[in-house]
Parts: sequence; C-alpha cells; structure tokens
Amino acid sequence: MTPLLEAKNLSRVYQVRRGYFARPNPVRAVDDISVVVMPGETLGIVGESGSGKSTLGRMLLGIDPAQAGEVKLEHKPMPPLRSAQWRALRAKMQLVYQDPLAALDRRLTIAAQIGEPLDIHQIGTKEQRTAQVEELMAAVGLRRDQAGRYPHELSGGQRQRAVIARALATRPSLLVCDEPVAALDVSIQAQVVNMLRDLQEQYGMAMVFISHDLKVVRNVADRVAVMYLGKIVEEGSSDTIFRSPRHPYTKALVSSMPVPGKQLQGRIILQGEPPNPAVRPTGCAFHPRCPLAIDLCRTNAPALRRVGVQRTAACHLVAGDAAAVAA
Amino acid sequence: MINFVLTRLLRAAVTIAAVVTFAFVVLRMSGDPAQVLLGPDAPQDAVDAFRRAWGLDQPLWVQYLAYLKSIFTGDFGVSMRDKAPAIELVLERLPATLQLTVPALLLKLLIGIPVGVYAALHRQSFADRGVILLAVVGFTIPSFVMGLVLVLIFSVILGVLPSGGQDTWVHGILPTITMSIGGIGILARFSRSAMIEVMGQPFIRTASAKGLKWRDVVWSHALPNAAIPIVTIVGFMVGSLIAGAVVVESIFSWPGIGRLLVVSVTNRDLAVVQCILLVIAAAMVVSNLVVELLYGWLDPRLHARAGH
Repeated sequence: MTPLLEAKNLSRVYQVRRGYFARPNPVRAVDDISVVVMPGETLGIVGESGSGKSTLGRMLLGIDPAQAGEVKLEHKPMPPLRSAQWRALRAKMQLVYQDPLAALDRRLTIAAQIGEPLDIHQIGTKEQRTAQVEELMAAVGLRRDQAGRYPHELSGGQRQRAVIARALATRPSLLVCDEPVAALDVSIQAQVVNMLRDLQEQYGMAMVFISHDLKVVRNVADRVAVMYLGKIVEEGSSDTIFRSPRHPYTKALVSSMPVPGKQLQGRIILQGEPPNPAVRPTGCAFHPRCPLAIDLCRTNAPALRRVGVQRTAACHLVAGDAAAVAA
Repeated sequence: MINFVLTRLLRAAVTIAAVVTFAFVVLRMSGDPAQVLLGPDAPQDAVDAFRRAWGLDQPLWVQYLAYLKSIFTGDFGVSMRDKAPAIELVLERLPATLQLTVPALLLKLLIGIPVGVYAALHRQSFADRGVILLAVVGFTIPSFVMGLVLVLIFSVILGVLPSGGQDTWVHGILPTITMSIGGIGILARFSRSAMIEVMGQPFIRTASAKGLKWRDVVWSHALPNAAIPIVTIVGFMVGSLIAGAVVVESIFSWPGIGRLLVVSVTNRDLAVVQCILLVIAAAMVVSNLVVELLYGWLDPRLHARAGH
C-alpha cells in the first residue's frame, strides 16, 4: 500500500527573543522528523506540552511551511503556501483544533460555518450544499433545529461536533486533530472520540491524532509516535507501544497511565525540570531526566533506529550502543 | 428588544438629567453673572435690578425648578448678553462646527482604520513600527500645540494656508487636520490591536486552512470581528462631533459652538452655556445608543442579553 502522506526530515526553528536587545535564541520546535501516514489509518502523536506536536501537526498540513524537509500528499509535494494549488489542496486535508469556541467565527451560525468549505471549493449546487450541511450535522449528532444557532448558544461538545462537521464537509482524505477533546468534559470526551472513530471508518479518511492524553490516544490510534523536545523518540503500533514500551521516556509515560480497577503500580516518576525547548540539553535531550542515562547519553544524541517489527526508538540503551561502547 | 431599547432610553434620560443638574449648580456657584456683565464699577442698585430681572435673587432650588419647567416646555432660556433665545444662538453656530468636525471624523476613519489594519497585517515590519511611532506622537501631542505648530509651518513659514477665520474652505484645512490627527493615531492603534487579536484566533487559521483566499479571510472573518472594539471608539468620536471643537475653534478663531461656549463661560451667560452642555450631552448619549444597537448586530452573543 502506498502512503497517503509522507513527511521527510521536517524541521522548524523559531527565533525567540527575550527583549529588544537580547540575542535571538533558536528554539527547535520540530527537529528532523519523518513520518508516514497510510490511507485510512490513525497516527497518534503524544508528548508533553512544548514537545512540538502541534507544530508538527500544522507542518503536516502545510499550514506552517517546513523550513527544511518536505511533505508529500499522494506523492505530490506541498505547493507554496497560499497559492491556488495550495488552497485547492485544503479540501483534502483538514484540521480540528482544541478550543472549538475559538475555532468558530462567533458572528456566523453553525450551518453557515459548516457550509463554508463547500462554498469555498464550490462543491455542488446551492441546494446540494444545503442538503450536504444537513447530512453533516446529522453525521456528527447535531439536531436539525440547531442549524441557525450561534457558537455561544451551543455546549462545548456540540461546538466541537460543529467544528468536526466543518472539517469533514469537503470529505478530506486526511484529518489532523490537535487535542480535539482536551477542552471537553471527560464524559463528553468519550462521545466525541468514538464519533471521530466512526466517522473515520465511514469516510475512509486517515487521521493524525495529537494529544497529551495517553488513554485517549490508545483508544483511537493504530500507530503511535512519542515526541520529546521536537524529536520522535519512539514509534510503533499502538498495541506494542503501550504494552511494551522500549524508550525510557515512553516507559515513564505508560507507567503513569491509570488502569480502571487497579492501583497504579511501578510508576516511574521522572526527576528534574520539565523540558524547555529553548534550553536543549546536549546529547540525548532526555538524559537529565532519564533514570538510566549513561555517559554516552550526555554527549551523543541517539538516532531513531529500528528496534523491532515496524518499530523504532531513539535510545542508546535500547539500540545496544552501550554494549558496543563497553566492548 | 423593546425592553432593551426602553432601558437604554431610560438610562439616556438619567444621564442627560444629571448633566443638566450638574451644569446648573456648578454654573451658579462659579460666579455672579451680574458682576461680570455689568463690570466691577456698576452701582449696587443696577446689580440688584439685573438680578431681579433674571430671577437670580430667588433661592437656588426655585431657580432650578423654573429652569426644569422651561426646558420641558421647549424653552432653553434667553442669552443674558444679546437677549436672543439661547437655542437659536447655538443652532446658528452648529453648521460652522460641523464643517470642521465631520470632515475631521471622515479623515480619522478613512486614514486611521486602514493604516491600523495594514500595520496589523504586516506586523513587526518597518511600516508597522512606523505606524505605532506616528500614532503615539499623534495622540500624545495636545491639539493646542499641534494647531500652533501647524500654523507656524503652513501660515508663518510657508505662507500657504490661512491661520484663522472662516471665509473660504481653505480656512478649514488647518483646523480640520489639527482636529483629526489625534483621532487618527487613536484609531490606528486601536484597529491594529483589535486586528492582531482577531488574526491570532484559531478560527482565522482555520478559515485559511479551509482554503479560503487570504483576502477573503481578512474581509469576511477578521474585519467584522475586529470591528466590535473599533465601533466603541468611533461611537465616542461621533458623540463628540459637537463638543470636540472647543480648543481648535479657539485657536483658529472659528465661529462654531466651541467658541460660543468659551465666550459664554467667560461672560457667565448661563442660559447659553447650559444649552450648549445639553446639546453636547444629547449628542453623546444618542451616539452611545446607536453604538449599543450596532453591537447587537455585530456580535450575536449580545442578542441574548438584549432579549432578542
């Protein structure tokens, strides 16, 4: 099967200036990342805040242009930002944000906003578009009488449903969801996640699901990539990542996941500061917090390498570099 | 909606009543018109006769009630100086004032808002920094300084524009510019920050991610949302169309309401001052009312509070 989306060696550096006279400080939000999304599959991207997962999501969509590396959709490279081809391509790749209230124009009714992508890409006649909007609203579980409502007149869950309906309007082949349920109540989260899974199957689209919430990702993702300070530290199928994590960071994350009915056991508490992308440690970025770090980790950054079937990790200890050094 | 309008009208009435009362009391406590009009050497019986003629010998509350009664019957009093009805004096001057303030308002809107929006869309650029700098300079320099500087440059040094009077439209150029500069600066800064805030909202990024043309993103999503805070400021500017010209009219000896106000205050011409303050307050209150109604139209979130 050929991949739907291929991203190679993506990098994005922000120049952060503290004050007018300070020297700009480069922040590597995304550092040499390559990922592949197959048609119809869900790739979960997990990481702490500041790990660069949102930036990566926007770069995959081509909204944030890559400074280095390239993104290909169906083997075609991403056209230049805001060009006519780029705009036409928007119909194929869509985005769902964390905060649905901010993602909606408060001046327009939700029906108008759900229909806007259809108007932009001139899909169907006016009557067909109206019918399409009704269909989309039904698909995301919004009532027909809510069509004329404004965003502030809906609940958080309903707003996110409207945002999802708008994203699905052009029948995209790729949907990037950036923390789509983080702003919702836990009881609503499950509903929206399940709905996303159903819609994905129904529409046959691929999904990139960005979240810091491991249990949500485990629920939806086929494959998972774990990010730490702008790099992918481990990638593999959702089952294997959560059942037998290899990278020490993933192990710590997975050990902190609560399992219903069981007391949390063997939890790995990470020491040290939470990661600051502006001050990136030398060698392996995770070494100051890693319980297993050895001298090699302080000096050499480990590469992302195959550590099993369809599985990669970036750790000297997992890849066996330590043994090589010792010998 | 009817509730909404009624409460706003009631509030407007209370505001105007407060202005009328305040003006009445303060004016009567701030000096004796008889002394001012008749001069310091006037004989005591002339002063007494003047006071009796204008009812100034009565207790303050009697004068106040009589004044209220006359306002409600549409009588705004008579000028103590030339015996003409105060409202006639004021209305006579209104066109001259509007000749300055309306073009000045148009300049503020037509320059201030586009410049601010441009700066916001080209944030951190050279043009943006220039706009911020000029805007701050524009609204921090008081109009009496700005007016004199402009007179110095264009009338004294270059000799291309008249420094005062109202004979031709050319005479209106300097006062209009003086009056608009501060407002241009304020609107430019306001539009810029309103626009920057809206442009940072996820729905703008989404609109662009839907494939909408950049120009359409700005016109159909960003500007209408940024308009809400801008309308507030514009409302104040419209409300001060009559009051805003006091200083500038004095500098450029422009025979408008502002000049009339200054002269009348100096002369303790109570009826005229009160009449002008009433007109100014009414203009402000009406424009605020219009702004509130506009909000409802611009921002659907306010519909609910307005009671649909």
